[in-house]
Amino acid sequence: MPQDIAINGDNAVALAWKQIDPDVCAAYPITPQTIIVEKFAEYVANAEVSTEFVCVESEHSALTLCTSSASAGARTFTATASQGLAYMWEMLPITAAMRVPLIMAVANRAVSGPININNDHGDAMAARDCGWLMLFSENVQEAYDMSIVAPRIAEHHSVQLPCMVNLDGFVLTHAIERMTMVDTQDVKNFVGEHQPLYPLLDTKHPVSHGNMDGPDYYYPHKYQSVQAMLKALEVTREVFKEFKDLTGREYHLVEEYRCDDAEYVVVVLGSSFGTMKATVDMLRESGIKVGCAMPRIFRPWPMEDLAKMMEGKKAVIVFDKHLSIGSYGPMFPEVVAAASDLEKLPKMYNVIYGLGGADATVAGFEKSLKAVVDGKAEKIHYLGVRL
Amino acid sequence: MTSLALKDLQKLPVRLTSGHRLCAGCAESIIAKQILMGSEDEVAVSLSTGCFEVSTTVFPYTSWNTPYIHTAFGNGAATCAGLETAYNALHKKGKIQENINFVNFAGDGATYDIGLQALSGAMERGHRMLYVCLNNEAYMNTGIQRSSATTIGAQTTTSWPGSVSSGKKEFSKDLTQIMVAHNIPYVAQVSPHNWRDTVTKAQKAFNCGGPAFINALSPCPRGWRFASDQTIAMAKLGVETCVWPLFEVVDGKYELTGESARIADGKAQKKPVMDWITSQGRYKHLLQDKWEPVIEQMQAEVDRRWNKLIKLSEL
Repeated sequence: MPQDIAINGDNAVALAWKQIDPDVCAAYPITPQTIIVEKFAEYVANAEVSTEFVCVESEHSALTLCTSSASAGARTFTATASQGLAYMWEMLPITAAMRVPLIMAVANRAVSGPININNDHGDAMAARDCGWLMLFSENVQEAYDMSIVAPRIAEHHSVQLPCMVNLDGFVLTHAIERMTMVDTQDVKNFVGEHQPLYPLLDTKHPVSHGNMDGPDYYYPHKYQSVQAMLKALEVTREVFKEFKDLTGREYHLVEEYRCDDAEYVVVVLGSSFGTMKATVDMLRESGIKVGCAMPRIFRPWPMEDLAKMMEGKKAVIVFDKHLSIGSYGPMFPEVVAAASDLEKLPKMYNVIYGLGGADATVAGFEKSLKAVVDGKAEKIHYLGVRL
Repeated sequence: MTSLALKDLQKLPVRLTSGHRLCAGCAESIIAKQILMGSEDEVAVSLSTGCFEVSTTVFPYTSWNTPYIHTAFGNGAATCAGLETAYNALHKKGKIQENINFVNFAGDGATYDIGLQALSGAMERGHRMLYVCLNNEAYMNTGIQRSSATTIGAQTTTSWPGSVSSGKKEFSKDLTQIMVAHNIPYVAQVSPHNWRDTVTKAQKAFNCGGPAFINALSPCPRGWRFASDQTIAMAKLGVETCVWPLFEVVDGKYELTGESARIADGKAQKKPVMDWITSQGRYKHLLQDKWEPVIEQMQAEVDRRWNKLIKLSEL
């Protein structure tokens, strides 16, 4: 029977991986991800998993070791955050181009400098162009559920891409919430046996991984990744459906809350989706027709689903927990691009919030949204910044 | 272990095929073939970015008739360690039955400089893998820039000799000793002219049951400025001048091998460093009178390291 437990986000991710029991895990400690690896090391120490666990000397080596391990045909996972993800950056596009389906939990944290250990999406957003699948979670349950669905999407033979499972640092990693576990045997059955393509350690059929491409092959290989990403949208829908059949919990490429009859919609990522739902409820009580949506999957970008959601809206307000300094928040131009083919383009606003762990409150969100409704909002608004 | 008779060695599987794009006279493929001859079992190969990598794997071709991987420049040791880790996981679960050895080949830039952290980490963790440094004493793939393996006085494209410069200012880092300090089961220096010594050391390295490190002198006609038919002669001269002694350290015990053992025993003559300097265009400027002190410094440092090695081998 599915069991309800109290658990924090990091431990929930570790629990999912204990149930999956991967072949290899290599990781390096970094706040606020560390609990995942600590907990997993405990499972290793007590033979609760059969995983080969490697404590590497850096995140660069963590992702390298995981990439070659996955190329060799082992089901592999790792976890990181912030500077760790930045230190991995050289390897991120290599891992993706090698088409290895390893999974990485990212405990989203601000990137230095100044050094800051708290939550924002600066780490994940700086990695968004690297060719990885990217899933986001609103709460601990979702961080756990996304960890279970991720290998199914990544390892699908028509996808074959690495996947980041994002969960907000501290807000989710360290917060204890009530969560429903999936039975371990159900997890194992759902994820299934790993069926790697062209595993490197098949010595009877030697293959070369990571060759050099000239211009005549580099571009076509990148285009193959584009096709795999498009395929991933379809595969993700199928996997979500199967997951719903198993658990009753339903996920979509774009999660919507009270959007149907809304005049104003907010697009927001991660744990703030929950805060935004509460804000929407409050504003609805005062008669403002507002809704909110979260792209569950950030890569591939669910362009069509977002466009459909935005159709006929008066305004769209994109909340970004990161800033491309000198431009907008990273999600804003992407939402604008998704809306660009609509017959009537909604007014588009960008709100920057929560950088380096700055407060993300219902009161703050309410103020930003009221400014839009009252026609007083600026194109880009830096919510809550102390001047 | 496989017999070292040439008639037996030539029957071994060809793991690195001909048709690769290395320069004429490059020592890297020669060394790699000698190292691979040391493995009786299947071998999976990883390469750090560099000459060897770009010359053997230009898509859609590959020169590797054995499992091969490359990821990036500074992480060859971690790449190789990942294969070994996956092997351990899959072997334990019965998904792989056979024995497989693991080797990473990397240039000196990828080893002494950018890859030192990953190398140190992999050695400390005890992965069953061999790391081979193809040491041509500079960043040759990018066009002969100095590395921390470049010897004092050498001309490179980032250490030009000039009116106030005698070329590279510093002595090379003694990386082999740093690897010995990791207390791994096997460390050695090799040179491709002595193929018997190299294959023997590769056999020991593959069979040591843990991490092993081999530093191979890899003469580079382009970077060192010598004729491409002189590669093996150059490799031999490096050992005869004691610029590149042959030795191994098995579980901490030093032993000189090949010509180096004979020189130490007084059975062969130690040639002056001047012979090494005059053999290569990269040292040509040192022959000006004003740089004579640099040659003296070089000889003194070669002597100091050589004498220390003799003492270590007597322990």
